[in-house]
Parts: sequence; structure tokens; C-alpha cells
Amino acid sequence: MKGITMRRDGTTSCILGMLFALMATVALAVQPDEILDDPALEARARDISAGLRCLVCQNESIDESNASLARDLRILVRERIMAGDTDEEVVAFIVDRYGEFVLLKPTAGGWNWLLWASGPGLFLLALVVGMAYVRRRSLASGAGDEGLSPDEQKRLDELLKGEEG
Amino acid sequence: MITELGHFALILAFLVSLVQMVMPLVGAHKRWPGWMAVAEPAATLQFLLVASSFAALTYAFVVSDFSLKLVYENSHSAKPMIYKISGVWGNHEGSMLLWVLILALFGACAAWFGSNIPPTLRARVLAVQSSVSAAFYAFIIFTSNPFTRLSVPPIDGTDLNPLLQDPGLAFHPPFLYLGYVGLSICFSFAVAALIEGRVDAAWGRWVRPWTLAAWIFLTIGIALGSWWAYYELGWGGFWFWDPVENASFMPWLFAAALLHSAIVVEKRESLKSWTILLAILAFGFSLIGTFIVRSGLLTSVHAFANDPVRGKFILYILLFFTGGALTLFAARSNVMESKGVFGVVSRESALVLNNILLAVSSFVVFVGTMWPFVAEMLFERKLSVGAPFFNMAFTPFMVVLGLILPVGAMISWKRGKLDRVLRSLAPAFVLAVALMGLVWAMQTGRSLMGPIGVFLGTWIVAGAVTDLIGRTGQSRDFSRLLRLPRAEWGKAVAHAGLGITMLGIAGLLAWQEEDIRVAQIDEPWTVGDFEFTLLSVNRVQGPNYNSTMGEVRVTANGREIAVLNPEKRVYPVAQMPTTEAAIDYRVMRDVYVVIGDPQDNGGWVMRVYIKPLANWIWAGAIIMALGGCLSLSDRRYRIAAGARKTAPAQGVPAE
Repeated sequence: MKGITMRRDGTTSCILGMLFALMATVALAVQPDEILDDPALEARARDISAGLRCLVCQNESIDESNASLARDLRILVRERIMAGDTDEEVVAFIVDRYGEFVLLKPTAGGWNWLLWASGPGLFLLALVVGMAYVRRRSLASGAGDEGLSPDEQKRLDELLKGEEG
Repeated sequence: MITELGHFALILAFLVSLVQMVMPLVGAHKRWPGWMAVAEPAATLQFLLVASSFAALTYAFVVSDFSLKLVYENSHSAKPMIYKISGVWGNHEGSMLLWVLILALFGACAAWFGSNIPPTLRARVLAVQSSVSAAFYAFIIFTSNPFTRLSVPPIDGTDLNPLLQDPGLAFHPPFLYLGYVGLSICFSFAVAALIEGRVDAAWGRWVRPWTLAAWIFLTIGIALGSWWAYYELGWGGFWFWDPVENASFMPWLFAAALLHSAIVVEKRESLKSWTILLAILAFGFSLIGTFIVRSGLLTSVHAFANDPVRGKFILYILLFFTGGALTLFAARSNVMESKGVFGVVSRESALVLNNILLAVSSFVVFVGTMWPFVAEMLFERKLSVGAPFFNMAFTPFMVVLGLILPVGAMISWKRGKLDRVLRSLAPAFVLAVALMGLVWAMQTGRSLMGPIGVFLGTWIVAGAVTDLIGRTGQSRDFSRLLRLPRAEWGKAVAHAGLGITMLGIAGLLAWQEEDIRVAQIDEPWTVGDFEFTLLSVNRVQGPNYNSTMGEVRVTANGREIAVLNPEKRVYPVAQMPTTEAAIDYRVMRDVYVVIGDPQDNGGWVMRVYIKPLANWIWAGAIIMALGGCLSLSDRRYRIAAGARKTAPAQGVPAE
């Protein structure tokens, strides 16, 4: 339910949220007057904007957001690009001013390596455990038996008929 | 008066749930048939009580009884009837009432359709289910009472959030809850089996239809929400990796894993303890989702009460049930040794890999969702984890899953021959590679995503078709397909649905075109192969909103294909504007038009998107759900259901 802005801190959030929402949909994301004349530069601006968080909204990039602060940031990104900054310099410029909270893709610095490594790490771990399990099953006695044993079959039939206890 | 009766019925339901929680459990332990037998009528009674409580609240919304705080805050007399009704669950208290209604419904269904389950297991399942209900009744009655009255009833209400006044979203929560809460019955089965100390093939067979049903509802619910986001938010995004979306996606992934591992339990008596663990985790993640949505712990765009007291209460519920179940699991998992023996190359191994991929990808979503909170608590860093992270960390697992899916789906149980499967899949592979090459050659952009997505999607769909053709045997006797078990059809259809969704996502993300400009009346402009003309802009009065409606003519090659009416609406009561995109839906692409603000020096801001294959995303999801329904209607569940009257001719179909 995007666009319904709520803040995490406190009860005034609702009213604030309403205000933001009101400001929000008055203007829509990227406006024609923001667009740079050079399509290549504009494409870079869009790429950068998609990775920067709109600070007053929740989990929206400045590229998607309708809030006025997002518009200011979009214009700032384009100003930096026009001033000759590389993509990295633009992002660094914004992070310097607004903190790493604006980065939708967190860096791998500090303890964040844990975030990035958790998926691949767990996958490898799960693969090892899974392979061990599969190997154990393939080496278990009675390899190659056909379906359920007569005992198992009988038990299952009983269960299906509503075995007591 | 009706309101008070509703409140009273809710309290009675709470009391019944306490009885249903304790008596059958004691009865099953002591083997007292009378105490065990309490469970079924109690489950029915509980359902009837909650249903009447829910009906009472619905009535208050329908007649716009503004003496109720909840109705005053979420409704308005001028609102269309459908949104008066959907307003019942468009808020925290009402949605919790819907939540317990569905909990009770699933409990009652287990009582009504569970006549073939052994009495002790049935009694325990219903008792565990009722304990979950009891916790949520307490939550509602003590922290989130929907029946609170206002001492001075206002003349009119403050209206439901206009973004929620939409047909897609009106039915999104009920489906989502049917899915979320449906997993509770799998949880109950898992815990009951742990108490019972026995998990066998029959258990897998009982638990699988419930998982299927929950997964089907969850699939539809998520698809509805995503479709709503696509047409309502004004730029055609369909997935945002928002914490609340993730909250519904994690149980979906676990439910999908559970679906597959329950097959292994049913057919091969293996993976038992893992399946029990999955059942616990699937519902555990539903509870985590509830916690995330309602605690305000994580910043989310989804508007819901975020009250620390309520958050704490749900946290306790979460910790008690998942913690308790996992402790029980640790103590009892030794009784569930695997029986089946299978080779390294086998359907069983493929399903193990499927489960690893689904569970790990769900875990990645979980870590990404919780990381901002963890980083702030432990490392005092305020940071965000957004879509770019998830796209990078999650997508590879889905790519691998898509690669192995057709092979895994066709390989034999117990001991498979990889070369034979690969040989029969060769045409599918060639087709997928050819299409990939074709779009690679045709596309102008630099994106790899389009070709890869087209390859995966085609590979999965063609793989599903190959699987079905393989069933016709050497003689290619296609009438055999009609006699194929519905579960086999369900499997092929659901897998093909996944492939179609992947095609849609890849097509939309890779080849979307966008155009933003100031358009003057009657001055045409071109985007891609289409020409657009803004014919007029008019003020239109809706039932409870004012609209600025544009009229846009779309032509292709000089021929008119559509006249679209994008709108900007303002809901005066809620003081909130919304955008209503106008979309020309076609099979191969959508044309998506949004109207913006008027400009000082004339003209209107217009945004136009060409979105290739957009509908395939949701069509694929619906096909997946359809596959689930086919599988659910399979003969073996019906045989099991009617086992008392007609004993099955043979036990289990071996394959």
C-alpha cells in the first residue's frame, strides 16, 4: 500500500503521514522540467535515483516518490551530474549529507558483510547438509526396494480406513 | 444492541476456544473418548460465534453506525457499499477479527472433513489450532477491541483511506489471510504429530491438501496486491520489496517448499522431520509477518496501527508458538527417522534441492527485511535495505530453481536416469535457447535480464509440456492425458504458471518504455510504435470524490486502438488525492497512461509507459493457483476423504 506514508516514531505519525501523502500525489515522480536534455546523462540520473531512498517516504526510491524532498534530491543528483561528477561521486555527495540511510543497496562495509554473505553462506551450508542426507539415504540398507513394503502398505491401508488410536 | 451481541459472541468464542484447547488434549493423553469428542462440536461452535461477531461488525459498517469508533474512523456514509464492507477489514481491529474468523474456519473445516484422521491426532490438531485462536482472541479483546463505542456519535465518518477503495484491494486482504492463516492448520498438524510422536505417509497425505489450499489463497492474495500496485500507484511497479510485501512472500516461499516436501513424506516416507520443521516455520513466518505489519518495528509503507503494546503482545504470541513448537521439535525429532531409500539422482534429491533453494531464498528475504533493525540495535547504524539488495541477493536462487525445475519434475523417484531425462528435455532446451537468441538479437538495450528471463520462462513452460507429452507413452496415445491423475496435471500447470510469471517479469523489466512530457491538447506525440493525443481534460464528479479526467487517443500505424481516460481523484473527506492510471491491456503489452498536473503556461504533464508482457506476471500467478486447485481435486484426496464409506481399491498409487 504504497504512498500511505507513516513514520515509525510516535503517534503524530498519522497526521504527518496524511500531510506527506497530500503533498505527495499533487506532483508525480520525475517531472518534465527536471529531465536533462542529454539522454545519456538523464539515464545515469535515473539509475542513480533508483538506488537512493526518499527520506520522508517509506521504502520508495527518489525516482518513484512524489514527495517534494525527493524532487529536491532528484534535482540535486542532476546538478551534480551536470557539474561533471561520476556516479560514485554523486552518491558519495548525497551520502555525506544524508547518511547511509539513503542507500537502498547497503554497502558491504562493517558488519554489513554478514548481510551480503548470509544468503550464499546458508546456501552452501544447506547444500552440504542436504548432500549428506541424500548420501545417507542412498547408502541405507534395502537400496532399490520397490515402493512400500507389505507391512507399510498394510499400515497405510489401516490408517486410511480410520485406524483407532 | 447488535454491536454488543457481537462483542459478547467474541468473548464467548474466546471461552469456547479455551475449552477446545484443554479438554481434547487431556482426553487424547488419557485416552478418554468423551473428552476428545469435545473438539469437534467446540470447533463448530467457535466458528459460529466468531462468524456472528464478524457479521455484527459488518452490519455496523453497512448501516454506517458511527457510534462505533471503528466505523467512524474507517467509513463514510457516501462510500459505495462494496467499500463499506471491505472497510471492515481495512483497519487493524477489523482485520484481526477477520484473522480469527479464518482461524476458526480452518479449525472447523479440519473438524468437518477430518473424519478419516485417527481420533487422538484429530483431537490434538483441533486443540493446538484452538490454542492459536485463543491467543488471538485475547489479543483482540484486550488490546484491539473492534466494538468500542464513542460516547458522542459524530454525524459522519472520516472515510476509508481512498487508496484502499479499489476492487483489487477490497479482496486482497481476505485472500492473503486465508493463505496466512491457512498455514496455521499445517502448524497444528505438525505440533499434534510431534505430541503424538508419529509421522508417516498418511500424515503427509492429510497435511498436503491444507498446505495446497493455503498456498493457493496466498498466491491469489499476493497477485491481487501486486496487480493493485501496478495499476493504482501511477507508474506501474508491481513489486517493491517492502517489509510488508516480504512478510507475505516469506510464508509463500515456505508454503511452496512445504508443498513439495510433503509429497516426499507421502510417497516415500522421507524428509519427515524437515517437513515438520517447514510446517512450523511457514506459520511462524506468517506470525512474523503479522508482527511486522502491526508493531511498527520496521518502517513500511503499509498503513496499519503501529502500537508498541500490540506489537509486544504479538511478539509474545510469536515467541510462544514458534519457540514452543521448535522446542517440542528438538525433543521429538528423533522419532521421525526416514524410511525411503533413494539414489543420489532421483526425484527425492531434486525435491531436497528445491526445498534448499526455496528455504534459503526465503531466509535471504528475512535477513534483508530485518537487517535495518538489527544494524540499528547492534551496530548503531541507520541504514536501508531496499529493492537493489533483494534483486541481487534473491534473484540468483530463483534462476537456479528455474534451471533445475524441468529436470527435477521429470526425473524418476528412487533412482533416476539423468541422461534419459535430459534427452527428452532437449527440444525444450533448444526452443528456450533459440528464443533467448532471438530476443538477444532483437533488443537494443544492454540488459541481460530479458534474454535470461525468456530462456528460463520458455524452458519451464516447455519442460512442463514435455513432461505431459512424456505421459502419453511410446505410442503417443494422447487420450492417456485425460486419464492422468489430476495431481500430475496440477503439477504441470502450476510449473508452467511459474514460467509465465518469469517471462512477464523479464519482459516488463527489460523492455519497458517510458515517456514523461508536457502535452498540449490536440498535439500528438510518439512513444515506441504508438502515437498519443490528449483530446480533452474534464472535471468529473464521482460518488465520493472529484476527478480530473483526461481523454487520450492512442493510435498505432494510423489506426485508433484505444481512447484512455486517466484520472486524478481527490477524496474530499479523507483530503487525499489518488492517481488512476488508464491502461489498454493486451496480451503482448500494456499501454499505461497517467495524467499529472496542469502547467502554468498551458498543457498537462503526461506519462506514458509501454509495458511488454505485463499481464503475464499475474496470469502466471493465476495459472499457478489453478494448478494448485487441480492438484487439490486429485482423486487420492477424495478417496482419503471418503475412506470410511468406500475402502480404496488399492492403497497408494506408487507413482
